[in-house]
Amino acid sequence: MAELDTSGGGKKKGKGQKHKAKKKSTRVDLTPMVDLAFLLVTFFMLTTTFSKPQTMEINMPVKDKEQKEQQAVKESKAMTIILGGNDKIYWYMGITNPQIDTTNYSANGMRKILLEKNREITDLVVLIKPTEEAKYKNVVDMLDEMDIVGVKRYALVDITPMELDLIKKLK
Amino acid sequence: MPKVKIPRKSTLVDMTAMCDVAFLLLTFFMLTTKFKPDDPVIVDMPKSISQIKLPDSDIMEITVNKEGQVFYGIDGQYTRKKLLDKIGEKFNIQFTDRETYNFSLLSSFGVPISGLKAFLDMDVDQRKTEKEPGIPIDSTNNELAWWVIFGRLSNPNVRIAIRGDRETSYPVIKKIMDTLQSKNVNKFNLITNLEERPKI
Repeated sequence: MAELDTSGGGKKKGKGQKHKAKKKSTRVDLTPMVDLAFLLVTFFMLTTTFSKPQTMEINMPVKDKEQKEQQAVKESKAMTIILGGNDKIYWYMGITNPQIDTTNYSANGMRKILLEKNREITDLVVLIKPTEEAKYKNVVDMLDEMDIVGVKRYALVDITPMELDLIKKLK
Repeated sequence: MPKVKIPRKSTLVDMTAMCDVAFLLLTFFMLTTKFKPDDPVIVDMPKSISQIKLPDSDIMEITVNKEGQVFYGIDGQYTRKKLLDKIGEKFNIQFTDRETYNFSLLSSFGVPISGLKAFLDMDVDQRKTEKEPGIPIDSTNNELAWWVIFGRLSNPNVRIAIRGDRETSYPVIKKIMDTLQSKNVNKFNLITNLEERPKI
C-alpha cells in the first residue's frame, strides 16, 4: 500500500516535474480597462446636463372673443405698474385720476410697495403694462415679483396713450 | 532542510471590483446623457424663482436673441419631417429627401421660408457660419404663425416655450405672444434660470 502510494506519488511527481505545463493564471490585469472606463465616465459626467431649464407658465386670457366675458376691475382694488425703459417702474393705484409714482426693481422698491398693498387690499389686481422701451427681463422680473409677493391676480395689459403721456410728463 | 519561504505578499490588487463599479457608472452616464443640441444663438435668460421644470420632449421652442431675431425649433425628427412636408405643401416648395433629412436634424433655425431650401442645401459647417436673419414676425409677413400652426398639427401634444434674452426689447416678445394668442395658444412657458426665492 505504502509502496503503491509512494510509487504513485512518485510517478505523479516525476511526471509533474517533467512536463509541468505551466498553468497560466486566467487572471488578466484589469488596470488599463479600469483606466479606460473611468476616462469614459469622466467624459459622460462632464457632458451630461442634469439641470433642466426652469420655466414660468403663463396663461393669457382668450383674446377678443367676447368683450362681455371680460370683467371690469374694481377701482379700489386695481394697481397699475408701468414698466419703463432703463429699469424704471411707474405705478399708481386706482384707475381714474392716477397719481404716478416711480420706483425700482430692488427689494426696497417695488417689492415693499407690493407687499404693503397686498396686505392692505384683499384681492388686489395688478395690471402690468410694459412700455416699448421695457426689456424682456423687466417683464419676467415683474411677473416673478407677483409670485414672490403672492399677488394672485395679475395681467399683462397694453399700455394706454394716456398713461404714456403721463410718463412723458414725469420725465 | 526545507527552505523557509517567507510568503511575499503581492502588491497587485484585484481590479475586478473596481472595474465593475467603473462600468456601472459608465452605463449610468451613457444612458442618462442627452447631448445638448447646439443652439444657434447665445441667449442669456432672465432669472425667476419658478421651479417648474421644462419637460424633455414635446417642446416647441421660440428663441429670441438680444437683437430681436426669432428662431424656431421643435423636437423629434419625425415631427420635423412632418412639419417640413406641411410647410412645403403650403408654400409650394418641393423639398428633396436630403433637405428633409437635413431639416429633421435641425434643432433650431432662423431663416425665412423663402430662404429655407437654400439653407437646407448647405453643409453643416457652411450652415454654422451662415448668418441667420431670423424668422419674420411682422404682421404683414408672419411666418412664425405658420410654423406654430403646422408645428402643432405635426405634434398635437407640443408645449410652447419662449426662450428670450434678458435684453430683448419687450415689443418683440409682445409680437410673439400676440402671434401665439391669435393662433389660440393662450398657455405657454417662459424659459428662465433658477434664482433663489428672496426672504420677505
